[in-house]
Amino acid sequence: MFTALQHDFAAALFDPDRKVPDGISGYEPSACEARFNIYRNNVTVSLLDALAARFSATQRIVGEDFFKSMARVFIAGHPPASPLMMFYGDEFPDFISSFAPAAEIPYLADVARLEAAQTRAYHAEDRDPLDPLLLQTISADDLGSVRFKLHPSLEIISSPHPIVTIWGMNAGVVPLDEITEWPAQDALIVRPYLDVDTRLLPPGGATFLRSLRQGKPLAHAADEAAATQQDFDLAVNLAGLFSAGLVVALSIVSPKDMTS
Amino acid sequence: MSPSSLLPCRAGVSFKPQHFPCIAEAQQPLGFFEIHAENYMGAGGRPHAQLQHIRAHYALSVHGVGLSIGAPQPLDQDHLARLKQLCSRTEPQSVSEHLAWSAHDGVFFNDLLPLPYTEETLGLVAEHIDEVQTQLRRQILLENPATYIRFAHSTIPEPEFMHEIVRRTGCALLLDINNIYVSAINHGSDPLQDLSIFPIEHVREIHLAGHAESSEGSRPLLIDAHGSPVADPVMALYARTIAEAGPIPTLIEWDNDVPQWPQLLAQAHAAQSILDAHEGFSHHIAAA
Repeated sequence: MFTALQHDFAAALFDPDRKVPDGISGYEPSACEARFNIYRNNVTVSLLDALAARFSATQRIVGEDFFKSMARVFIAGHPPASPLMMFYGDEFPDFISSFAPAAEIPYLADVARLEAAQTRAYHAEDRDPLDPLLLQTISADDLGSVRFKLHPSLEIISSPHPIVTIWGMNAGVVPLDEITEWPAQDALIVRPYLDVDTRLLPPGGATFLRSLRQGKPLAHAADEAAATQQDFDLAVNLAGLFSAGLVVALSIVSPKDMTS
Repeated sequence: MSPSSLLPCRAGVSFKPQHFPCIAEAQQPLGFFEIHAENYMGAGGRPHAQLQHIRAHYALSVHGVGLSIGAPQPLDQDHLARLKQLCSRTEPQSVSEHLAWSAHDGVFFNDLLPLPYTEETLGLVAEHIDEVQTQLRRQILLENPATYIRFAHSTIPEPEFMHEIVRRTGCALLLDINNIYVSAINHGSDPLQDLSIFPIEHVREIHLAGHAESSEGSRPLLIDAHGSPVADPVMALYARTIAEAGPIPTLIEWDNDVPQWPQLLAQAHAAQSILDAHEGFSHHIAAA
């Protein structure tokens, strides 16, 4: 009996046109719908707040009114499936990229992707980065066959738009300014300690990191990065790997595995 | 089974990360902190680092908002496992949840939704609480809800329903006095009368919070908003409760429009001074 009632109650929460389930009353019989609307409002507002908290730069770009309208459509089609509200909205960036009214802001979905990654990194597993000095203990001959285990919080977001710059301006990291050049940018998101770091990757850095994350040894990853990006600079990327705290373990791949 | 609540009979507050720098500066005059369990179910990072500090210096109450104990469906086993993990990680002095539901058919509503009080729901809530207590291997506290509607086919008054849950499961209760007040005003009953029939002997923690006042025609309509100081009539009901029952661990909840630390601390001081006034009477309840 309660199962049927709860079903009606749940269905009416997201559907303002659906009538209030039978047997529900307020103080005044006439105010029954107004009372039920408190629950409708609580649910929607709490989910809007959760999205606004997670996607604050995205909201800043489009303004609160547009953001809320967009978020309402998202909530109706993608209500949360889990009680962990900090992860609600993982699908919001994909939704934005297909949301026609946002089409004139083509970088919006990528900024949202960056913000979604930041929350995941914030809550990711803790791992202490490796001391960069360890690399000095490896002989020059072995360097190419080093395999790195990268930090569990690491995410890379590649965009045809300058998303690191746009995000930075809308997150209060750098002052708002006119963007005169419009380069593609790859964002690195990682949380080696307690603070989430968002960095602009150098040319080829995204390919380099993706290859390393797949377990490819340093020499192979560097080759792949250089193949996609002529001005890939191994020294710069290698230094960045350690300065950003991306490496949590390393091992040397045997020569047999190097050639295969 | 471990005892339900080892919280000290003092005032505490809900922990908000923005207050952490103030809290970490010096030992605060508080008996305990309370957290929403779900906010600490990520794998790592700052939430756990802050929680570790809190736990090292204060008693901790883990307050769940997502288990949906009042739903007819089976409990979300993944979520229960996460709660269990959080409890193993922090060894809290108290664990509590709500007499409410928040999920249906794979959707989580992020709100505490009401249920009718019948023999049927009594059975299912008791079963769910049994399951939680068995999994966590401890007694939990169940909190009374603030409600805006009632169900025509409810047959059991809320205090009686909660009392029967206690009898069937051996759980204890978390009395939210603001919820008592909000529900009473919204449904046209006398809050003092409602409070007087609440099974106070099973209460191991009290919640106090602010509500928002709206209106319905010429009558007030109260919303359990947790975004303002505790209202005077609620504080008066609290003072009366403590005068009659003796000191009970008391939490100030403030979840929205969170104030500066000193203002929240001042609210806790107000509750603490009421507890202090009845100190002599203290261990009646604890020993009962």
